[in-house]
Amino acid sequence: MSDTASAQLNDHLRVPDFFGSSTGRVVTLVFMAVLLLVPVAAHFLGIRLQLVSLDFITRILCLAIAAVSLNLILGFGGMISFGHAAFIGIGAYCVGIPAYHGYGSAWLHFPLAVVASAAFALITGAISLRTRGVYFIMITMAFAQMGYYFFLSLEEYGGDDGLTIYSRSVFGIIDIEDKMVLFLLTYACLVAAIYSVYRIVNSRFGMVVRGCNSNEARMKALGYNTYAYKLTAYVIAGGMCGLAGALLGNFTTFISPDMMSWSRSGELMFMVILGGTGSLFGPVFGAVTFVFIEELLSSFTTYWALPFGILLILSVLFIKGGLNGLIQRGWKRD
Amino acid sequence: MLDIQGLRKSFGGVVATDNVTMGIEAGELHAIIGPNGAGKTTLIAQLSGDLAPDAGHVLFGGKDITTVPTHRRSHFGLARSFQITSVFMGLSVIDNVALAVQAHDGHSFRFWQPATTQARLRKPALEVLEKVGLIDRAGSIASALSHGERRQLEIAMALATKPSFMLLDEPMAGMGVEESAAMVEILRSLKGEKTILLVEHDMDVVFALADRISVLVYGRIVATGKPEAIRQNADVRQAYLGEA
Amino acid sequence: MSTLFLIQFLNGLQLGVLLFLLAAGLTLVFGIMDFVNLAHGSLYMVGAFFCATLTFWTGSFVWAALLAIPLTALVGLVLEIGVIRHLYQRDHLDHVLATFGFILIADTLVHLIWGPEGIAIPLPGYLRGQVEVLPGIIFPTFRLVIIGSGLLVAFGLYWLIGRTRLGMLIRAGASNRTMVSALGIDIKTLFTAVFALGAVLAGLAGMLIAPITEATIGMGNDIIITAFVVIIVGGIGSMKGAFIGALLIGLIDTLGRSFLDDILKLFIPINAAETAGPAISSMLIYLIMAAVLAFRPQGLFPPKVR
Repeated sequence: MSDTASAQLNDHLRVPDFFGSSTGRVVTLVFMAVLLLVPVAAHFLGIRLQLVSLDFITRILCLAIAAVSLNLILGFGGMISFGHAAFIGIGAYCVGIPAYHGYGSAWLHFPLAVVASAAFALITGAISLRTRGVYFIMITMAFAQMGYYFFLSLEEYGGDDGLTIYSRSVFGIIDIEDKMVLFLLTYACLVAAIYSVYRIVNSRFGMVVRGCNSNEARMKALGYNTYAYKLTAYVIAGGMCGLAGALLGNFTTFISPDMMSWSRSGELMFMVILGGTGSLFGPVFGAVTFVFIEELLSSFTTYWALPFGILLILSVLFIKGGLNGLIQRGWKRD
Repeated sequence: MLDIQGLRKSFGGVVATDNVTMGIEAGELHAIIGPNGAGKTTLIAQLSGDLAPDAGHVLFGGKDITTVPTHRRSHFGLARSFQITSVFMGLSVIDNVALAVQAHDGHSFRFWQPATTQARLRKPALEVLEKVGLIDRAGSIASALSHGERRQLEIAMALATKPSFMLLDEPMAGMGVEESAAMVEILRSLKGEKTILLVEHDMDVVFALADRISVLVYGRIVATGKPEAIRQNADVRQAYLGEA
Repeated sequence: MSTLFLIQFLNGLQLGVLLFLLAAGLTLVFGIMDFVNLAHGSLYMVGAFFCATLTFWTGSFVWAALLAIPLTALVGLVLEIGVIRHLYQRDHLDHVLATFGFILIADTLVHLIWGPEGIAIPLPGYLRGQVEVLPGIIFPTFRLVIIGSGLLVAFGLYWLIGRTRLGMLIRAGASNRTMVSALGIDIKTLFTAVFALGAVLAGLAGMLIAPITEATIGMGNDIIITAFVVIIVGGIGSMKGAFIGALLIGLIDTLGRSFLDDILKLFIPINAAETAGPAISSMLIYLIMAAVLAFRPQGLFPPKVR
């Protein structure tokens, strides 16, 4: 490999600042503020436009958290996981199943969602990470499909038909039956997730994980047990995505195996790539753009997936570094 | 210090390492030379732990490390440099070395405090950079370095793991005359301080630096000895010059 | 019990053969072009729909299948030349993302052309019946045809790869693509041909299953994951691995679904077995995959060079 090529590959090691460049800082802050204020304003002003409604944005925020967690392993760790939606599903069922049995406490649901997803990540990751490259892609996909079929076979919890959650998790004084409260909670979780990823990728642990992405052989030669660090990153990402699943389950109040089908995993992956791998806010840009385009297209035509698929292919062929790359460069080509 | 006993590795029908037995004594600079395709890369991969041999043993300081994974070998004091420059292009020079220091500063399951500002990683890193003459470039991004400087950084990263034994895979690869001279000086300064196994194409460098030389041809060691002896050796002449 | 077992064994064989047709194309395309094609299942679907339409036009399933094969090859050709070949130089991530986009496009196009409903394919009378394969064992003729065609294709591939010049090129391309270029062979054409061959195999699988299940949108999206499991277990890039892996997975999946709860009942309470049986059998092939990988991360028959 030529040095220039490896220099490009190594670019993701450069994430010193929270927002990136100064253009990036302005755009990112404005974007995050809009994401917070517009739906709140629309809610109080009684604007009934789907694209700015609390519900619509809350769904995006849940997916954004999942994308942020995927970015930790895909963008920073270089692990191309095609099974990330499994953690969303597990997180959601960790709300749905206890709720079905009458245990409504959020202090049960959320820790359970995180722990169960992390445990699934630990077991499947331990096997998947023994392999590399295309094996890893396919195996993560297969394990997610295994989760899908598992929940499909649980007739007690609705199987194929899914499971309705009749009351959302009970947080004590915080009442997330109020959609404004749920929105704010989700927003806070997203910010916390981004900040955690920021701390993690710049920590000693994060340096190791990013180093593995750049050149795993070198990391081993330096004395790092790369498998253990990658597995740990995989487990952290799984747990974080479980949280996103618990929030999404609470938001939709209806969960089904479809939440973890492999096309969901593919969509998450696209959000991350679209936003720009290895940037902190990229997955959020990606999630918002993805869901907005999907929503807009589907409001025009039932055949929205056709232009959408074409857009996806074009974005793979032509957008380098994702939307975040464009933002950081101030929309200039370089 | 490093004992290789009957090491054997084949791929399909091709024998890449054929019953290699050799010993590297503590403190010496031992060079391995051989024509292209002699199996140098395969041999190194088995010493570093990247490849498992089909048969034979590798002993390090009397301990059998044949099945010890790469990363644990590093903690026994075995460091290596790569033939293809393997530095982290996106990191600054000092951060590259700090990442090597970090590998030997306890575990890295520390998730919250920023790593790149920690003095206990930066101070040893600076010392190593001083040693290889890259101190002026400490703040530069590795991708901005010249090829020769990257090769120096490659050595610096290996050094930062505080090894007793260094496996240097063609440190001069692709270098110009001036760059080579700088590298020779670095190697000379390490000589005696570390045990070194040097794989190198540049014969002038090998004969100038090595205490002993082993010649690898078609996966076999055909000769081992002091530089003068090797220069006279008929088998070696045949391997290199085709002389009968 | 033993009658049921034999019938389920044949059913498992039929699934295995189908999986082999899919896995063979995947493993060829990956082994030779190092390309990951998620949209392989879409070719399976396209084959089924072509066959459905042609059955109505020609009035004969057999003619339809024979005509649908070159049509599917054509789709493969267009796909390869239009987009796929521009992706060989990219990394696996880009392969996965672009072909994921393809799945969306293919599913929607099929929806546009054929409508949202599944299409049943009527079989001619002589394929519709049942035969007594062994005394007391009655099995649908068409399922036997599937098994037979699949084994025939497997034999054909074995011959193609082991005995012909194209096969030699394929084997050389898998291990040494510079050598093939150096021999003056147009590697681009070779790649296109291999991709089209993979498309035909997938399409054929779709045509064979459609008379049983109907041609439906997204029919390839689930079975393609099972085909992935097959090549992971068999060793990606290995034709032998694809064959053995496919039969293994087909049999385990079918037999597991029919007999696992009965087996469990021998060990645990009946109630528990009736709950756990379906849950475990639906995960069985993935558990097998995990077990294989735990011991052999490269699969059962890893290709020699890679």
